[in-house]
Amino acid sequence: MNIVVCVKYVPDAQSERGFDASDNTTDRENVDGLLSELDEYAVEEALKLVEAGEGEVTVLTIGPEQAADAVKKALQMGADKGVHVSDAAISGSDAPATSLVLAEAIRKIGGADLVLTGMASTDGSMSVVPAMLAERLGLPQVTFASELTVDGDTVTIRRDGDAASETITASLPALVSVTDQINEPRYPSFKGIMAAKKKPVERWSLADLGIDSSQVGLGAAWTKVEDVTKRPPRQQGTIVPDEGDGGARLAEFLASQKFI
Amino acid sequence: MPTEIGQDLIELTREIAAKELRPKVDEAERSAAPEAAATRAGGADDAFPRDVFRTLGEAGLMSLPYSEEYGGGEQPYETYLQVLEEIATAWMSVAVGVSVHALTCYPVAVFGTEEQRSRLLPEMLSGELLGAYCLSEPLAGSDVGSMTTRATRDGDTYRIKGRKAWISHAGHADFYTTFARTSDDGGRGLSCFIVPADAPGLSFGAPERKMGLHCDTVREVIFEDVPVAADRRIGDEGQGMAIALSALDAGRLGIAATATGLAQAALDVAASYAKERHQFGRPIADNQGLAFLLADMEAAVTSARATYLHAARLRDADRMFSKEAAVAKLVATDTAMRVTTDAVQVLGGAGYTQDWPVERYMREAKVTQIFEGTNQIQRLVISRHLLG
Repeated sequence: MNIVVCVKYVPDAQSERGFDASDNTTDRENVDGLLSELDEYAVEEALKLVEAGEGEVTVLTIGPEQAADAVKKALQMGADKGVHVSDAAISGSDAPATSLVLAEAIRKIGGADLVLTGMASTDGSMSVVPAMLAERLGLPQVTFASELTVDGDTVTIRRDGDAASETITASLPALVSVTDQINEPRYPSFKGIMAAKKKPVERWSLADLGIDSSQVGLGAAWTKVEDVTKRPPRQQGTIVPDEGDGGARLAEFLASQKFI
Repeated sequence: MPTEIGQDLIELTREIAAKELRPKVDEAERSAAPEAAATRAGGADDAFPRDVFRTLGEAGLMSLPYSEEYGGGEQPYETYLQVLEEIATAWMSVAVGVSVHALTCYPVAVFGTEEQRSRLLPEMLSGELLGAYCLSEPLAGSDVGSMTTRATRDGDTYRIKGRKAWISHAGHADFYTTFARTSDDGGRGLSCFIVPADAPGLSFGAPERKMGLHCDTVREVIFEDVPVAADRRIGDEGQGMAIALSALDAGRLGIAATATGLAQAALDVAASYAKERHQFGRPIADNQGLAFLLADMEAAVTSARATYLHAARLRDADRMFSKEAAVAKLVATDTAMRVTTDAVQVLGGAGYTQDWPVERYMREAKVTQIFEGTNQIQRLVISRHLLG
């Protein structure tokens, strides 16, 4: 089974993240980036499926030069090859444009039996690209999988909701987005790091994919971020020493905040 | 600068440190402390982080400096030591353990025959096994040549009898790299053996009640006529002292790197605290007296790192590095002591409490001036090179 995993290079959530003042897009220059942690689950799931059977895992990313690090990390974990779509015109693309580029890249790869994605990116957090991508590729979309099995031409997933757990099947080829409950992603290893150096990574531009630059980027975005204001820092909490009346004062506080 | 592989390894180490080491270290060190351990039937052994060593082993970080042919990473010492420094910034006991494990493999890797390397090393370097290094004795510390543990040959077997002291990983290790006397010829009468953990007659004393580095479980190892096959003797009879000293040169670099990481960790806490803590209406870092203290700490940590990297580069270039290793060990561990002490000072009363990690760092720093050759021995080594 051949699997394409879509991954994103995102600003490190542990560091101070911000926006580019000139166009209100995510600042990707002044912050360390990495393979989105939510995408590591998709990479891990792909590796487990291929290790249990046969086939190949191709990891696909769109992003600037440094996004090669996200591909490299997935290759170090064990993916077989990488595709990195990079083109200055893509900068500022919204979800529809991102899904367009991913769809064309997957077609150029030669399609896949299964396309896996994370449940969301840790920067944009929109969770819509998987659905858009499935639509563009004409694939069944099965999202938020917390368990995944493949039997013949059928993929079965479990989707956990607030009220119920659903078991959903779809016929392959299909697109599945996975949650952070599905597995425990492995760390790369020394051997993985050495092996990754020899794995092939294709670099494609928009022209390689037959996409006109007017279809993507900030200019083609359906929406525009007009203004960004940093959330004020969290205020220090109130400390109330208990002088025998702690319970009453706690209740008073909760009532004043309309919690009770 | 690190090679690309080196950089990737350092990043991998940072990731594992952040996700596997930092979340566990405080609780584990607290629960392995003598007072806490005394309240449990399993004692300090319960808190030994064997799983953490397995995680590092699976990632290939327990065998970086050894030949790829036998399962090592074949990385330059420069890279291996930087990885060790990263581990130490998160968990000093574990970093010391990784350094000790590397030391236990050294005699086989460097002095073993081709047959011994093929037979013993792949398992030792697999990341699944953990080694212990049995050199010191209750009455033979710095004076290695006065050891009394004896290995008596009986056909194809040696029988080892004696007591070893201050042995890290004792009771948890899978093999014991052991030095014992095969003749009465002082320092020229020692030999080196790899003793499996399941050898009959091997037993352990109670864990030492130490000041810090609690997860580095240290006990006596007692050999009561422990049989060891003659093909597990590394090097010739009488070559033990030369093997031990050669291993210690490499081991000292490991300790220098871990001490640098410990000092860096203390400095990181102190610098961020100084920016956050306000007194007299401004961050305490705005006081030049404190800012200069932090500047001195930074200069000291950077200098310590430079000394171990310098020695490592000499070693990687197959040049003599014994004196430089002693300098690195001396400078880095004295730096760790000073910087961790100053970090407690920067944090004031908070630094003296267990709510912050710097008091632990300070306790952990002290032993680095003592083990792997006291800093007085390092000065002896340096002065002999200088004047000899």
